[in-house]
Amino acid sequence: MTKYFKGFGRSSRPAAAWAIGLAVAMLTVGAFAVGQGARAVAQAASDALLEPAGDVAPAKVRLLSDDQYRNTIANIFGADIDVQAKFAPVRRARGGLLAIGTTTAGIAASDAEAFHRVAYSVADQVVDPARRGQLIPCRPADEKAADPACAEQFLGRTGALLFRRPLTEAELKDAVGTSVKAANEFKDFYKGLSYALGGMLSSPKVLFVIETTEPDPNRSGAHRLTAYSLATRMSLLLWNAAPDEALLAAAASGQLHDPKVRAVQVDEMLASPRLESGVRAFFTDMLMYEDFVALAKDPTIYPNFTGRSVNDSAEQTLKTLVHHVIDKDADYRDIFTSRTTFLTPNLAPLYGVKAPSSGWARYELPADSPRQGLLMEIGFLASHSHPGRTSPTRRGKALRELLLCQHVPDPPSNVDFSIIEDPNAKFTTARERITAHNTDPVCRGCHMLTDPMGLALENFDGAGAFRTTEKGAVIDSSGGLDGVKFKDASGLAQAMHDNPATTSCLVKRVFSYGLGREPAPGDRDLMSYFEHSFAQDGYRMKALLRSLATSRAFTRADGGGQLADLSRR
Amino acid sequence: MISRRRILRGALGGSLVSVGLPLLDCFLDGNGQAMAATGKPMPVRFGTWFWGLGMQTQCFTPKTVGKDWELTSELEPLKDVKQHVNVFTGFDAIKDDSPNLCHFSAWATYRCGRFPSARNDITSESVDVTIARKIGGSTRFRQLDATATGNPTDSYSFSNMNSFNTPETTPTALYQRIFGDEFQDPNGDTFVKSPVAMMRQSVLSGVLEQTKDLERGLGAADRARLDQYFTGLREVENQLQHQLTKPEPIEACKVPKRPEDLIAGIDSETLSKRHKLMTDLMVMAVACDQTRIFNMVYSNAAANTTKLGLTGTHHVITHEEMIDPELGYQPMTHWFTIEAMKDFAYFIKALAAVKEGDGSLLDNVLVFAHSDHGYAKLHGLEEVPAFTAGRAGGRVKSGIHVAGNSQTVTRVPYTMIRAMGVDAPAWGAKSNRTSKEIGEILA
Repeated sequence: MTKYFKGFGRSSRPAAAWAIGLAVAMLTVGAFAVGQGARAVAQAASDALLEPAGDVAPAKVRLLSDDQYRNTIANIFGADIDVQAKFAPVRRARGGLLAIGTTTAGIAASDAEAFHRVAYSVADQVVDPARRGQLIPCRPADEKAADPACAEQFLGRTGALLFRRPLTEAELKDAVGTSVKAANEFKDFYKGLSYALGGMLSSPKVLFVIETTEPDPNRSGAHRLTAYSLATRMSLLLWNAAPDEALLAAAASGQLHDPKVRAVQVDEMLASPRLESGVRAFFTDMLMYEDFVALAKDPTIYPNFTGRSVNDSAEQTLKTLVHHVIDKDADYRDIFTSRTTFLTPNLAPLYGVKAPSSGWARYELPADSPRQGLLMEIGFLASHSHPGRTSPTRRGKALRELLLCQHVPDPPSNVDFSIIEDPNAKFTTARERITAHNTDPVCRGCHMLTDPMGLALENFDGAGAFRTTEKGAVIDSSGGLDGVKFKDASGLAQAMHDNPATTSCLVKRVFSYGLGREPAPGDRDLMSYFEHSFAQDGYRMKALLRSLATSRAFTRADGGGQLADLSRR
Repeated sequence: MISRRRILRGALGGSLVSVGLPLLDCFLDGNGQAMAATGKPMPVRFGTWFWGLGMQTQCFTPKTVGKDWELTSELEPLKDVKQHVNVFTGFDAIKDDSPNLCHFSAWATYRCGRFPSARNDITSESVDVTIARKIGGSTRFRQLDATATGNPTDSYSFSNMNSFNTPETTPTALYQRIFGDEFQDPNGDTFVKSPVAMMRQSVLSGVLEQTKDLERGLGAADRARLDQYFTGLREVENQLQHQLTKPEPIEACKVPKRPEDLIAGIDSETLSKRHKLMTDLMVMAVACDQTRIFNMVYSNAAANTTKLGLTGTHHVITHEEMIDPELGYQPMTHWFTIEAMKDFAYFIKALAAVKEGDGSLLDNVLVFAHSDHGYAKLHGLEEVPAFTAGRAGGRVKSGIHVAGNSQTVTRVPYTMIRAMGVDAPAWGAKSNRTSKEIGEILA
């Protein structure tokens, strides 16, 4: 069973970088539960007793995202492989996550074409003379001829990492057959491998993550994910990539469903540098980063905000989040009040501070800075504004929908702007315009949900730069959130920090992201349980990820595809 | 031996304007309607063109119907192509008991015939996809999609809500897709069967063979998603087959130069530049018979086009701009619509500029253009404007203004479907169901 896995411990190096030394390490499957993660193991055991039953949803068929594809290729073959993967954008249901969208998204013909093209581009790079020595575990007897034995070594191992399970005998035979045929045709062993790998990479078995289930031996009549599907759920959640060899080996051992074995795996994965990709992908989804694709500011109004500012401001927020939740393992709520951020030469002018000489530099905002936390980073302020001015409504709506998981209704189609259009009325500030607009009771209802928070951010212009006046008038940045009143943005930051929806929203998002579905009514107790343990863990996101990935809820599913027959191997 | 192709290539090697009649004759049969080289009739093609946020009725809608309509201020940019277009005004997206889902309901009704009840409620394919299944099968690409907005979610072509066709977002990417390494120049000197394409084709058919049983145990929706991917892979097979087939010479096909990269941005100036570059490539892709279905997006639904120095987008302006009491309309909104119409005119002219047979490429094309709303300020579902351009190989007349008088918008796409030879006795749902073509424009 472990033919292709045994002997490979966990490493952050490309899986196929053939490290001879590692082969000696011989980390056997049975040893997973030993040694590390004693705390996690104990916790996993006690949690399993407390966890309420939740809803059981059908197994999913997820479409791999281009980032997941890219990360997987980088993990297998190294980050220097140029992966020009740009798959179709998945559509987001209102208020939902792209991770949920991937469970229903189809793939148009143009995307099949792109996927096929990138498959061969990757394959050609892998067998390139500059890389083959490192990435291919054996040398052919004759480079100008087929070598089925060497091909089998490479394709069996690589195929398992790509298909997220071992290859069946038939699959391996087909792949080796392709390599032989092409090697004979082109009189080149490596070309042969390239076609075999290109074929594997164009297979729907790579692109579609088809979850498979099996009867749950612990609960008669119930089903659970197969170990390979569970491993894939874990690695997509934590790494935004396919499982590595150690995780596949744990799945192959039949012990991944053992809470202790799983807890050790989860802890190792949380400690891996690959966690950063996972956390980035999660927040990219939660904060709707696709909005940055179309973000542009009017250069005549905001000359300091360029196309580079767009990219850097998006990256700034991710860097700050990664630093906060991974490096510092800090309380998630503090992301709203933290004074730590990161700057580039493009962002520094927007902050009005001296630029780092080049690249990224960590920056501590001084205690008297009007700026603090996620809401006052350029990314949030600029992406939820108009191209030439602020929008308290958009900022408030984003805050409600993205960060508190609340719904703000659409405006009516025939919005009546006649009051603010009146040329005789002189509105200087955004507050004056909005206040006038909201004298209409039809508008007022929804705007009260968004504007009081958005107006507290009015000291930051449409590109996120600090200001105290608008068209000469001093800005009033007072506001309120769910009954808490404040006089400026720092009060809003504190109110977000203290709002119970801030943390319950993160729990809901992490759950939806990991399982590919929204919590159902039957999950209410389960969600309370996750919220409670999140609080007990001091609102550490890593702990939240651990709770979810080690939970029983994470393993449950009905129906689904059929696991390939791995018995004859 | 010197091949006929080589002689043609030599003759065509000169300037664009020097192609004279004697040369044309060798491509045409007696009546000038078919390529002599193949004996086949000129293919008919179908394209769409989309712009956001409609128009202002008082500036857009011509006073009279039929042939002799007069250009209005928002249609003025179409002056030079008036004879090539039909204008459809006064057709409504009828909502029955559904809400007006702004920037969505009307284009969805135009594209698939059914007024959606929610933002995820699209259950059937778009009209271009239906027509592609009829006429798109024999070319290298079943269809090509591009958006001048630079945003890959700006697509109005789909198999269903979960599967939109992804548009190319930059001129360079569009060029690479059409005229990159895999392009076989129909007028090229040499033809070599690519061993790479041959082997890839063989590998791909193996992949399809080995994954047949992947759907076992899955529900209908997931099976359909996999089927769609298999269909996509078979199209890749078809593209490889095109690389392995010596193309027939096509006189109108002139491989364009690789375009320059443009800066990102959706201010109207940059947008227009990108639209023109993409249009030129798309038109040549059609002329070179790489596709017979082409979709072009100028601005998105809820047009977020900007203008340098203006604080709001086109969309924001439609809401907030004062109606000028003397002019009687919103002047800046008007400006945005006129910019869109200028680029639509460019699109039509580019098709008309390619000589094909004894006429132009446009004669053998049918373009269906429409927006997401009618009267911009109110985001109306009434009088959502549409055009057709071209004569679909003689099946459609042009130069006509048709007033809908509150009939469903679906009559326009239904007419396209019929004109392109799709067998559909009726089309659309509920009040938007129709079985009546717009007879005025059918030849």
